[in-house]
Amino acid sequence: MPGPHPFPLPAGRPARLVLIGALAGGFSALFGVGGGVVLVPLLVVLLGYDAKVATATSLAAIAITAAVGVAAHGALGNVDWLRAALVGVPAMGGLLIGLAIKDRIGSRALTLAFAGVLVVAALLLVVT
Amino acid sequence: MIVLEVLAVVGLGVLAGILSGVFGVGGGVVFVPALTLVLGLSQLAAEATSLLAIIPVALLGTWRQSRAGTVRGRDALLLGAASAITAVAGAVAAEHAPERVLRVGFALLLLATAWQLVRRSLGSKGVSGDPDGG
Repeated sequence: MPGPHPFPLPAGRPARLVLIGALAGGFSALFGVGGGVVLVPLLVVLLGYDAKVATATSLAAIAITAAVGVAAHGALGNVDWLRAALVGVPAMGGLLIGLAIKDRIGSRALTLAFAGVLVVAALLLVVT
Repeated sequence: MIVLEVLAVVGLGVLAGILSGVFGVGGGVVFVPALTLVLGLSQLAAEATSLLAIIPVALLGTWRQSRAGTVRGRDALLLGAASAITAVAGAVAAEHAPERVLRVGFALLLLATAWQLVRRSLGSKGVSGDPDGG
């Protein structure tokens, strides 16, 4: 059945998962991010995932994608292993804090403020 | 590495983790700007290093979420497997891309993430984002 999308899509669930994973993988290794910005919307739109399930499932996929990306970047000599550990291990503690306080401080104003910070960072990256 | 820089990196790591947990974005959108703008790594090195730092955060987040039953393991495995080849291609492309192109591309990615946050925020009546969007 043709969907509302402007380009033809594979019909089966596995084929769509492969397509989404392939898109996210290239994106992830090219930009050094997990790829959730690609995975989550596509899982919701193409596979009808609930947003919570999409974010949780994308996180599991990201662990695999990032591992492959690191292996490739590591072989190319681009990975700063010491700084990665110094920033990544404390981030685990931060994540637990963030999840614990999320419901108490999560507000629209704060989310919009964070979006604003990302915009500023984007500008700084382009300017510097 | 001097002590001050170590403290800065550790502090940024904690901050990135908190932001991930609260706003449901992955570590990458915080790791990469922190590594480039604060620590002065090149865009390429920051991206590669960010990928490694993401792994423990993603694993911890997955473990926390799996207790809530929201992780579809088989789908995640298929997504991850499908990403393997393109991830290698992405790393090679990043290696050969001019620094400037990577930076501008990443800036656009930040804007897209900000847009998703705004849309999610305005669409969900004040509820904060879903946990750990990656």
